[in-house]
Amino acid sequence: MSTTETKNLTVDKVSVGDELPPLEVPVTATTVVLGALASRDWRPMHHDRDFAINRNGVKDIFINTPNNAAWFERYVTDWTGPKGRLGRMQFKMNSSVFPGDEMIMTGSVENISTDEAGCCWLDLNVAVSVKGEVSTSCKARVAIPIDSRDNPWNRKGEQWLP
Amino acid sequence: MSDEIAAIPQEVLDLIGLPQYEEETEFDIEMGYVYNTLAAVQNGNPLYWDRAIAQELVGAQIAPPTMLSVWFRPHYWSPGFEGERTALQSHFDLKRIMHLPEAIIGGNECVFGAPVKMGDKLKTHQILRSVSDVKTTRVGTGRFWVIDVESYNQDGEHVGTDSYNCFGYRRPAK
Repeated sequence: MSTTETKNLTVDKVSVGDELPPLEVPVTATTVVLGALASRDWRPMHHDRDFAINRNGVKDIFINTPNNAAWFERYVTDWTGPKGRLGRMQFKMNSSVFPGDEMIMTGSVENISTDEAGCCWLDLNVAVSVKGEVSTSCKARVAIPIDSRDNPWNRKGEQWLP
Repeated sequence: MSDEIAAIPQEVLDLIGLPQYEEETEFDIEMGYVYNTLAAVQNGNPLYWDRAIAQELVGAQIAPPTMLSVWFRPHYWSPGFEGERTALQSHFDLKRIMHLPEAIIGGNECVFGAPVKMGDKLKTHQILRSVSDVKTTRVGTGRFWVIDVESYNQDGEHVGTDSYNCFGYRRPAK
């Protein structure tokens, strides 16, 4: 396969206010434990229910921060295609996501800009919600190609200004 | 309640802005962990699954940028090491020094630099940026602090910075 055969979002296809397609994820204990171990996070509140309840005072084990980031990255690059290159992510956890929750990821385009190096940036507002409440909000800054020949991954040094 | 928490110790104030815990990754960056992470979030991005696309776009197989912190977490156990091994050690130091037994990561900002490639050896250090006044939230009373984790590859290129906004606290008395 080559990139000409894969979907790649270019800036001419995006407008401020555009919404990313929502993603629904049923969360299980496996989701939480798999994510924690994949991110080498051995802390017990992400795999030991007794510890989570009795030490942390929460209702169950919960998704850890690096795995949260991985879910956001997957959500954003599902939409941009492989040429989408994350430059910055800022996220805030309001509440935890537990087994049994249905996680719904949503996002929208807040701003489109081109920096002094000619790199095109999208500023996205992305969120994870459970039962209609935002549990984690994320501001993601992702570089996408200006046209089919452009490739943000080629940028380095002073050409990469996230 | 907030009166029970002492002023910020000088030992903590002295750490602000000081690089600490400079260390290298315990193993070369490798694809096995990348696949585990992709599987955990069902990420089908061909940039990571298809070598030809990785070669075409980046010139090498790379790791997802958000895996940056993964590479610096110590093994749960290794020969000769006794006791619990923890990542973000400066965070745990602050909990201990300020007698705040519980903590949560309330927010996180990541800036991504050069792509992390398979076989890279990374270096990192932690810098305490700030410590707040005493605050009370729904989980307890304590202090917020911000720790930056700055990372570089074997060529000295900045590969990213993770900033953690933490809250160390004591749970309300029952």
